[in-house]
Amino acid sequence: MLQINNLHASINGKEILSGVNLKVQPGEVHAIMGPNGSGKSTLAQVLAGRESYEVTEGEVLYEGKNLLEMDPEERAREGVFLAFQYPVEIPGVSNTYFLKAALNSVRKHRGLEDLDAVEFLKLVKQRMKIVDMDESLLNRPVNEGFSGGEKKRNEIFHMAVLEPKLAILDETDSGLDIDALRIVADGVNQLRRKDNAVIVVTHYQRLLNYIVPDFVHVLVDGRIVKSGTKDLALQLEEKGYDWIKDATDSTLATA
Amino acid sequence: MTKHGTDQAHWYQTNFELFEKNLNGEASSRVHAMRKEALVRFAQTGFPTTKHEEWRFTNVAPIAKVSFQPSFEAGVVGLSREDVVRLSFGTAHQLVFVNGHFVEHLSSVGTLPRGAIVGSLASALKGNDELAHGFIGKYASIQENPFTALNMAFVQDGAFLYIPQGTVLEEAISLLFISTGTAPLYVAPRNLIIVGDRAEVTIAESYFSLATSGTLTNVVTEIVAGEGAIIEHDKLQNECAEAYHVASLHVHQKGKSNFISNSIAVGGALVRNNVSSVLDGEYAECTLNGLSVANGTQLIDNHTVIDHAKPNCPSHELYKSVLDDASRGVFNGKIFVRRDAQKTDAKQTNKTLLLSDDATMDTKPQLEIFADDVKCTHGATVGQLDAEQMFYLRSRGIDETLAADILTFAFAGDVVRRVHVDGLREQLETLVHAKLGKGRER
Ligand SMILES: Nc1ncnc2c1ncn2[C@@H]1O[C@H](COP(=O)(O)OP(=O)(O)OP(=O)(O)O)[C@@H](O)[C@H]1O
Ligand SMILES: [Mg+2]
Repeated sequence: MLQINNLHASINGKEILSGVNLKVQPGEVHAIMGPNGSGKSTLAQVLAGRESYEVTEGEVLYEGKNLLEMDPEERAREGVFLAFQYPVEIPGVSNTYFLKAALNSVRKHRGLEDLDAVEFLKLVKQRMKIVDMDESLLNRPVNEGFSGGEKKRNEIFHMAVLEPKLAILDETDSGLDIDALRIVADGVNQLRRKDNAVIVVTHYQRLLNYIVPDFVHVLVDGRIVKSGTKDLALQLEEKGYDWIKDATDSTLATA
Repeated sequence: MTKHGTDQAHWYQTNFELFEKNLNGEASSRVHAMRKEALVRFAQTGFPTTKHEEWRFTNVAPIAKVSFQPSFEAGVVGLSREDVVRLSFGTAHQLVFVNGHFVEHLSSVGTLPRGAIVGSLASALKGNDELAHGFIGKYASIQENPFTALNMAFVQDGAFLYIPQGTVLEEAISLLFISTGTAPLYVAPRNLIIVGDRAEVTIAESYFSLATSGTLTNVVTEIVAGEGAIIEHDKLQNECAEAYHVASLHVHQKGKSNFISNSIAVGGALVRNNVSSVLDGEYAECTLNGLSVANGTQLIDNHTVIDHAKPNCPSHELYKSVLDDASRGVFNGKIFVRRDAQKTDAKQTNKTLLLSDDATMDTKPQLEIFADDVKCTHGATVGQLDAEQMFYLRSRGIDETLAADILTFAFAGDVVRRVHVDGLREQLETLVHAKLGKGRER
């Protein structure tokens, strides 16, 4: 479904991603962990099409197509979804208005009719239940004045409405209280299908107790330096990143 | 009267003589003396140039070089009820003015509370209405602004509204100004609005043109707000792309009165809006909002003055501009805080969204504070669409054009939303969308 080959990306001339390789199959859950500033969000944003990052080398294939050639909106319509680490506030645009525009754009691309106001509201109400979101957030401007946790919940709510094939969740767990974490993770699980995939970026093992990953990758200095099963996350929780960094330094030294 | 310059530059003098002849008996009234005085004043100053501090960014040379034809009558030819309906937002009280003159058969005064007057200035002046004669020109000085002098010189018609004390008008009063014709007309409505103590009213001035020529609309509106009066004044300027529009709104507020102005300018080649309010009583409150939406080579200039003359008055100001193509915007916000005006709380915000690299904005706050215990804040931003917001929308599947539209409307909607009259607000939304919308999904 997604194949990243030797991806290099930089911003303002500074290289952030230095040769990322990753392969994601339908139905899989991949976790990406790694120290602050290692490039996790950069990877997520590059996959979603953020233009401020320059891809200098490598390729990304999504369902066999060159993802990097597509506009962000085209990627979204093809089923790529990014839940932002820091969702931006959009004053003056109501959450429902925004979602309706987004959903109808995606539906149009899929050859479906626009949903009318009644159908849309029905869908929205149903999807809100998945993340147990407060109805009052619907008519407020997108993310404006939302608490940290509400913003994250809103991202997953958007995901529930748009039904992506490949969802990239960038630290969706941060800012959520313990109950909210469980609810949101449950929501993500409810949205899992055998033909869609999820990439979760997280710092904490706890989320992975709920959203159980098939693979765990460790990103350090813009490269995936170690991959493993969910046990790797447990090891990281216990030992931190130093042992991996040390190991890779010595691998590089001997290489 | 002194004669200087070419004949072309003196259309206002030659026409004044004509004008006088048509006034018949009225030519001996006090108002006519004011007209003559104003003409002398204007002949002295002429049109302002960019050397005048108040006109630094707005060059009215294109206006000064045209020989306008003052409109002495409505000239309703070709204007139907349907035209009027199309331009209306639907309210119980509507006065329609064509080329600055009241047209009764197109208007509907509606049922009014006792003592209220919703009518034309021309008939108030003819009927020797004491209020009309007493207040005209009281707050709009012919000394400060040449356009005000020019307006006064040809004062003839406009709206005369009187809301007696304690009277609440449920529905808005619509003053619909339509210009027609193909010659470059000079249209100079004069509105006088007197609102008694504790009276409440909403007034909407709308300007449209069915004309395709460079009509000069030069309007002056005076509003007197009694003690505790509550007034919303909405203004829509949507004349054609060739039109020149200069407007001055002068408000005089007594204690505890609350005045709100929402001024939305969409049309015209050159638009200058002056809005000024004097807070002349304690606890008077003033809110001035404005939105300019310009494209092509339009110039929309907003000058505001809030004069805090007495203590304990709050004022709020939000002016926004959306500028596309090679359009230009000007905002100049003056706030005076007089020596007596302690505990003044004034806040001014000016925000501009530039949709093109060729659009320009000149913005200038001007605070003159003579009291010491006051709170005055001001802020101005000029920027483009926010890249992070754009990416957020696009990453959810919304195409670039629609994303830009959504953000632009959100920016503009912030002002439109402040209009409390539902029908008018919807009309404004439609107009702003039509002007800005590039996307298909409207
Ligand atoms: N606009 C920018 N200019 C310069 N450096 C940038 C810019 N954007 C990101 N970076 C740098 O890129 C690096 C990677 O950032 P990124 O946000 O991808 O890290 P991360 O792995 O997501 O970190 P965290 O776990 O803290 O979220 C950081 O060192 C960051 O400072
Ligand atoms: Mg990050």
